[in-house]
Amino acid sequence: MDYLNNALFGIYPYIALAIFLLGSLIRFDREQYTWKSDSSQLLRAKQLRWGSSLFHIGVLFLFFGHMVGLLTPHWLYEGMGLSTPNKQMLAIVSGGIAGLICLAGITLLLLRRLLDERIRATSKPMDIIILLWIFVTLVLGLISILFSLQHKDGSVMLLLGQWAQSIVTFRGGAADALLTVPLIYKIHLMFGMTVFVLFPFTRLVHVWSGFAVVTYLTRSYQIVRQRG
Amino acid sequence: MSHFIDRLSFFKKNVDNFSGDHGVVTSEDRSWENAYRQRWQHDKIVRSTHGVNCTGSCSWKIYVKNGLITWETQQTDYPRTRPDLPNHEPRGCPRGASYSWYVYSAQRVKYPMIRGRLMELWREARKSMEPVEAWKAISQNPETAKKYKSVRGQGGFVRASWDEVSEMIAAANVFTAKEFGPDRVIGFSPIPAMSMVSYAAGSRYLSLIGGACLSFYDWYCDLPPASPQVWGEQTDVPESADWYNSTYLMVWGSNVPQTRTPDAHFMTEVRYKGTKVVAVASDYSEMVKFGDIWLAPKQGTDAALAMAMGHVILKEFHLDNKSEYFDGYCRQYTDMPMLVMLKDFPMKDGTATLVPDRFLRASDLDGKLGQENNPDWKTIVVDETSGNLSAPNGSIGFRWGQAGVWNLEMKDGASKAEIKPQLTLIDGKDGVVGVGFPYFGGTDAKDVQVRNVPFKTLKLSGGGEVKVVTVYDMMMANYGLDRGLGGGNVATSYDDMVPYTPAWGEKHTGVKRADIITVAREFADNANRTHGKSMVIVGAGLNHWYHMDMIYRGIINMLMMCGCIGKSGGGWSHYVGQEKLRPQTGWAPLAFALDWQRPPRQMNGTSFFYAHTSQWRHEKLNVAEITSPTADANAEDYRLIDFNVKSERMGWLPSAPQLQTNPMEVVKAAEAAGMDPVKYAVEQLKSGALKMSCEDPDNPKNFPRNMFVWRSNIMGSSGKGHEYFMKYLLGTQNAVFGPDLGELGEEKPKEVVWHDKGAEGKLDLLVTLDFRMSTTCLYSDIVLPTATWYEKDDLNTSDMHPFIHPLSEAVQPLWQSKSDWEIYKTIAKKFSELAVKHLGTQKDLVLTPLMHDTPGELGQALGVKDWKKGECEAIPGKTMPAMTVVTRDYADTYKKFTSIGPLMTKIGNGGKGIAWNTESEIKQLADLNRTVQEEGISKGLPRIESAIDACEMILMLAPETNGQVSLKAWEALSKITGRDHRHLALTREDDKIRFRDIQAQPRKIISSPTWSGIESEHVSYTAGYTNVHEYIPWRTLTGRQQFYQDHKWMLDFGEGLCVYKPAIDTKTIKPVIDKLGNGNTQLVLNWITPHQKWGIHSTYSDNLRMLTLSRGGPHVWISEPEAKAAGIVDNDWIEVYNINGTITARAVVSQRVPRGMALMYHAQEKIINVPGAETSGFRGGIHNSVTRTVTKPTHMIGGYAQQAWGFNYYGTVGSNRDEFVVVRKMNKVDWMEGPLDENRPAGIHGSARNQFSGKKGNTK
Repeated sequence: MDYLNNALFGIYPYIALAIFLLGSLIRFDREQYTWKSDSSQLLRAKQLRWGSSLFHIGVLFLFFGHMVGLLTPHWLYEGMGLSTPNKQMLAIVSGGIAGLICLAGITLLLLRRLLDERIRATSKPMDIIILLWIFVTLVLGLISILFSLQHKDGSVMLLLGQWAQSIVTFRGGAADALLTVPLIYKIHLMFGMTVFVLFPFTRLVHVWSGFAVVTYLTRSYQIVRQRG
Repeated sequence: MSHFIDRLSFFKKNVDNFSGDHGVVTSEDRSWENAYRQRWQHDKIVRSTHGVNCTGSCSWKIYVKNGLITWETQQTDYPRTRPDLPNHEPRGCPRGASYSWYVYSAQRVKYPMIRGRLMELWREARKSMEPVEAWKAISQNPETAKKYKSVRGQGGFVRASWDEVSEMIAAANVFTAKEFGPDRVIGFSPIPAMSMVSYAAGSRYLSLIGGACLSFYDWYCDLPPASPQVWGEQTDVPESADWYNSTYLMVWGSNVPQTRTPDAHFMTEVRYKGTKVVAVASDYSEMVKFGDIWLAPKQGTDAALAMAMGHVILKEFHLDNKSEYFDGYCRQYTDMPMLVMLKDFPMKDGTATLVPDRFLRASDLDGKLGQENNPDWKTIVVDETSGNLSAPNGSIGFRWGQAGVWNLEMKDGASKAEIKPQLTLIDGKDGVVGVGFPYFGGTDAKDVQVRNVPFKTLKLSGGGEVKVVTVYDMMMANYGLDRGLGGGNVATSYDDMVPYTPAWGEKHTGVKRADIITVAREFADNANRTHGKSMVIVGAGLNHWYHMDMIYRGIINMLMMCGCIGKSGGGWSHYVGQEKLRPQTGWAPLAFALDWQRPPRQMNGTSFFYAHTSQWRHEKLNVAEITSPTADANAEDYRLIDFNVKSERMGWLPSAPQLQTNPMEVVKAAEAAGMDPVKYAVEQLKSGALKMSCEDPDNPKNFPRNMFVWRSNIMGSSGKGHEYFMKYLLGTQNAVFGPDLGELGEEKPKEVVWHDKGAEGKLDLLVTLDFRMSTTCLYSDIVLPTATWYEKDDLNTSDMHPFIHPLSEAVQPLWQSKSDWEIYKTIAKKFSELAVKHLGTQKDLVLTPLMHDTPGELGQALGVKDWKKGECEAIPGKTMPAMTVVTRDYADTYKKFTSIGPLMTKIGNGGKGIAWNTESEIKQLADLNRTVQEEGISKGLPRIESAIDACEMILMLAPETNGQVSLKAWEALSKITGRDHRHLALTREDDKIRFRDIQAQPRKIISSPTWSGIESEHVSYTAGYTNVHEYIPWRTLTGRQQFYQDHKWMLDFGEGLCVYKPAIDTKTIKPVIDKLGNGNTQLVLNWITPHQKWGIHSTYSDNLRMLTLSRGGPHVWISEPEAKAAGIVDNDWIEVYNINGTITARAVVSQRVPRGMALMYHAQEKIINVPGAETSGFRGGIHNSVTRTVTKPTHMIGGYAQQAWGFNYYGTVGSNRDEFVVVRKMNKVDWMEGPLDENRPAGIHGSARNQFSGKKGNTK
């Protein structure tokens, strides 16, 4: 049990991150023409407007929420006056709302992808797999809220944070923090980490470029490339 | 090195600023820009073209990249023209530019395909039987035959191998030849000029085995019968560059910018020189915007317009202010001075009058005017100088049986004395007499117009006297001109309401009389001043009417009156369906295997389809409706099909199938009886023991059994009477609504056996070769994948420009496709193998009609006599078809196919009645192509293994591409005319065009006597040029251009002289309009089907690029007021139907269209966006679903000089423009999607009449 726990939550995270980073890098270098979001808006714009917008709003909030929530050191927000139970409640409420928005969006996208003949016909297998994967991950995350409500003291949240911070700071024994965490969180974690594994092989690579467009805010009006 | 690392230059990326902070100069990796450079990089460019039925014949660059055909652009390297002419380039249009889409598209046929049910039957049968027996078992068992025939067109193809399909095809051909006769194997492929070798591949195979090739030019109704009637010439026209030499250009019923796109620039350019352009079009077509004047006659009344203009021209330039130029031209180059006999005619009201009869002949006169050779075929003029009668040089009698006098020198044919043919007898006449001219224009004038004409009385050699008149004097009377001779029915003023004044023209056409007068006057005045530089461009818009010959002759008359024919910048420019096969005489031996055996079997397409798709069973046009009021009262009471049968047995038209008995069995029976097969056959025919197939088309013995279709989409395009094809020829689902003559209780044909139930599913096997899944493919039993136009080697020419250029193999044929040449080789090989056992060597009795440009064209000179009725002897080649026994070594078919046979050396080559020795060319071909090394019949003969070998054969043998042959041809003609024509070819004597030459650059053709114009540094190609300038006679009875047609049938149908005939009544509306309504308002409109904008016929119409530019599916144009009345708005789904069938389409509501007309661009494929029709319950059809061919007896005339049959030269034509349709909005658009089930079972058979909804609509 210990061994499996360590393999899944001590070693797998590094494998996932390695595939995520190296995979993205290699794809960017070798397959520039595949570096795109593969939008199907031209084929059918109608349902995409709601589905895509809701999904993106929700998922972006969830992404940054997880980042801040898991990686911010405990002392920092405690020092700012946010108690652990309060922090958990903040996470549950905001994450729950964002999760539901995201769920509405992804459901629309999923139905469209599976039921619209034109979209279905032009879908690659990976397009459907990644959408289903995110959907399951999201649903698991939402289910885990019910468990969090059973221990409002935030103890599980602290353990998860400890795990995440240990991973990103390369401290050994990170997985130990999860030994007592309920199974639902572990499954959610597994699915979540695997999204990173799948990332370089899917249209998700557009996320990198999505973040890169932030530079647009500060760029000059006209850009001229130098000769040669 | 790495895109990622190269981007890690955050700190040194920006190297400069400008415009304050608004601009920044960056230094970063720019290698991604190569993508844009590579977009237009390619590995090679190959010259090819589009082998489509288009006169464009544009040369294209085909780009190949990574082994893929990527795109095409226009070639710009046509050889130069003269300094004063615009260049030919660039040639091309968006249709051609979209072609590469097909190559890798879903439409592409990639593998041999076969109807699934047939494949099951075949594999089952082959388990226990060898191929020929297996085919017999399947095709001759009514149950199994129906199983696969009844689902034709309903999908269900499976993939097959080349071995399997070629075995099945060969087995079917062998069985059919053995059981029924080889003439039951039929081939249909059009327009050889678009890819000559591909055409020749199939026709060579069929000719070797004794199958029959169908003509197409007449079937398409693009052949203008007026041209052979007037000139004895199939069609010869000026090249488009000659438009630039014109100074007055009428464009009449031809949409030049849309349908002659690559040539249109010559028309727009000449306007900058000051040339006036007159557009004549019933609708506001694209051409109209180029017209300085737009005349818009009501559709189908063009002959009335031409007659009214002719009235003005004759009055102002031949009578009042005589043009010296016109006078001289008409004397020498037309039949105007020829004498015509008059005969008595009892009028209906009891009075007697005279009507024009045939031309006076030398044989009618004492001493035959010194003419011993063919005196029946020599026409007579009065010499103005001496006042004597003379048989001048050049009439058809001089062409055959004597040499050196067949020319247009103004000399007496016997004495060689100079003469001046007299145009009018008005001075020195023996009197003036009333002559009756038929009038068909309606009840506004009497049906026989009696007008006074000056005459002379002559003594006939057989005793008795006859009154004669000149054609000139008859013309003046026919056009209704008052010459002060008294009598009625003539006009003194243009405002008189007498046929054919401008006032009368205005009434019939809707064109203002002032406009008629202005255009006619300007047209003639220009021709007078420039000596003939007035030109008329005409096209399908006019030629597809039932009485197209009247429309065309009306226009041709104007041109002849004004001396425009044979003059650069002038003349008759008929551009439709005539992609001139320039190296014709080099091609014919290859195409019809004349190097191995002669004659080949050829059949006229229209009569074939009329008979075998049983359209005659539904014929509603009674002959009485079209006969002349001056017709012979004793004429038989015939239906149209009867005329065709009579014509076939008299040897006028060809037959296929020919005899009810297998022709190989006929020879065997003759030999068993110890008789000469020809004599035997004649006797048997006379006794009635042997029958001609045409007498009983519904008898299974006379069915066409196997049919090859290649380079064609007959079911999706040209198949007039589409639904009749489905019902009778194929035996599958159809929407024929109308009852046949039997069910109607109408009078039945007399010469044809009537069966109460018409035969259905006559074809046992339909094989189509195509690169795309066309409508025809879908209805076929076997579809063979051909190479596209970018995957094969071939030749291409056109009438529009003087160049020959290639199709070339840019990439090898993709998937399992093969070029047509290779496909027929494959079939020939399999056929040869199976023939060893089943056929061996056979003697085949071949029937040939009295052919144009052979001595056979001198058939019956003075009347029409039918051997079957005992009116004359049955003489093969004179009063009945010629008969020849041809020996066929069936097992050697493949060996013969792939080598040049010995007859070219033994007999020689030729064409158009000229023959020459071609031994040296065959020797050169043996050196060029190498000789066959394998043992057998072909050992030591020149090879034609590859398509390029075949191209070289054409190029080597044709005068147009081999200067030495050209010289030989002109020499041969010189002997006949007695004038030296060699100067026309001397300058290019040593030019030899090879296939690799034209791959490098298109080459200019060499002048040849096959054509009536010349290729020269001094003049553009124009038709009739050598007739006028070299004094070579036209190949007509008189040797001149004929205003008058004197054959008895021409006179019986009132077409001796040109008259106005309105459209016929096809009677297709009344029986259905009250039965098939859906409650919506119904419009009854004339059905006009012009050439389209987004396709060349059906090709490109299913191409995504073209579909994107158009409505993306079938569409029909209607006028705004009528659409409003019927509650139709633009883009509504409408149904178009009549007794013949039904169409579903979207409506285009447009100001372009005048009232009374529904306009559907022809040949929009049935395979794209066609929903179910409310009337039939089946999917809608194509534009020809509402048409049915109606044949015309005058086109069946044969063995009479210019009116003698030739393949695609003369014969019945498939008109379709007189048709009316019901148009109404659809209530329910049913896409009929999903698999077939119990409610929609596969193989629904028979007509759709059960589906009548019975609702009545309002009629507008």
